[in-house]
Amino acid sequence: MTTLIQTQTGAASRMLPLIFAASLGVAIIALAGHVQASALHDAAHDVRHATGFPCH
Amino acid sequence: MTMKIVTSAVFAGFAAGLIAALLQLWFVQPVLLTAEMYEQGLLSHFASEPEAFPDQSVVFDPLRDVLSILFAGLTYTGYALVLVSAMALAEMNGRSITVRSGLIWGIAGFIAVQIAPAFGLPPAVPGNAAADVALRQLWWFPTVAATAVGLWYIAFGTNIFHWLGAAALILLPHLIGAPLPAELTGPTPPEISAQFAGRAMGVGLVAWSVLGLVAAHFWTRSQDAGA
Repeated sequence: MTTLIQTQTGAASRMLPLIFAASLGVAIIALAGHVQASALHDAAHDVRHATGFPCH
Repeated sequence: MTMKIVTSAVFAGFAAGLIAALLQLWFVQPVLLTAEMYEQGLLSHFASEPEAFPDQSVVFDPLRDVLSILFAGLTYTGYALVLVSAMALAEMNGRSITVRSGLIWGIAGFIAVQIAPAFGLPPAVPGNAAADVALRQLWWFPTVAATAVGLWYIAFGTNIFHWLGAAALILLPHLIGAPLPAELTGPTPPEISAQFAGRAMGVGLVAWSVLGLVAAHFWTRSQDAGA
């Protein structure tokens, strides 16, 4: 029982860095590619079109 | 662990982003600038009257182009963070990552992030008619996520139910359908839009291939180094 709990905790704590890094990635993609604030939109405009993101 | 993922992702993201931006500036930007001239009314298109194919010389605009390089770097770093996290998850589940398999990871990313959404919402030039941007984003994100999860189960599934479930997940967003414009009012000629979509996809495939290869290279190297 103790072993099982330790293994589960181990797996969860090994997952945390992955979840953190992947969430950071999604946040960057949202910011660079999808947020419609006009300054961001204008700066990223050409890349958004060229990568096929929904734009305008 | 976090640092290893972030370091590999930043190297891979900026390498792929730089290549994407250079290809974009050379091959995609001239088409985009042509489309903008139609959007702004500087050129106009009437299908009933023949007109010369517009000039598409490569023109550089320093501020605009630097911003493109910067944002392509950021976008591909974002992709790389997700890609390397997925590679790390696969390794935790007993799969091995090699530089060669990195190419397949990259192409799978391209399918999830570009091919699948383009099936409903092809890369659009300025001046194309389109549905509301919020609605398109609402379709875009779940489509990318469903395709990515589907591809994961195609790659790592172990029985027929995994593969059938994966196919259903990939198909579902297209059965629902992407939001389409109510009317066709875009002033850009279809030839220019098609040219743009083809080139945007081509650049994406190259950039994602580089992203997968470089991400796998740095990730496997950091794993070998231990720490």
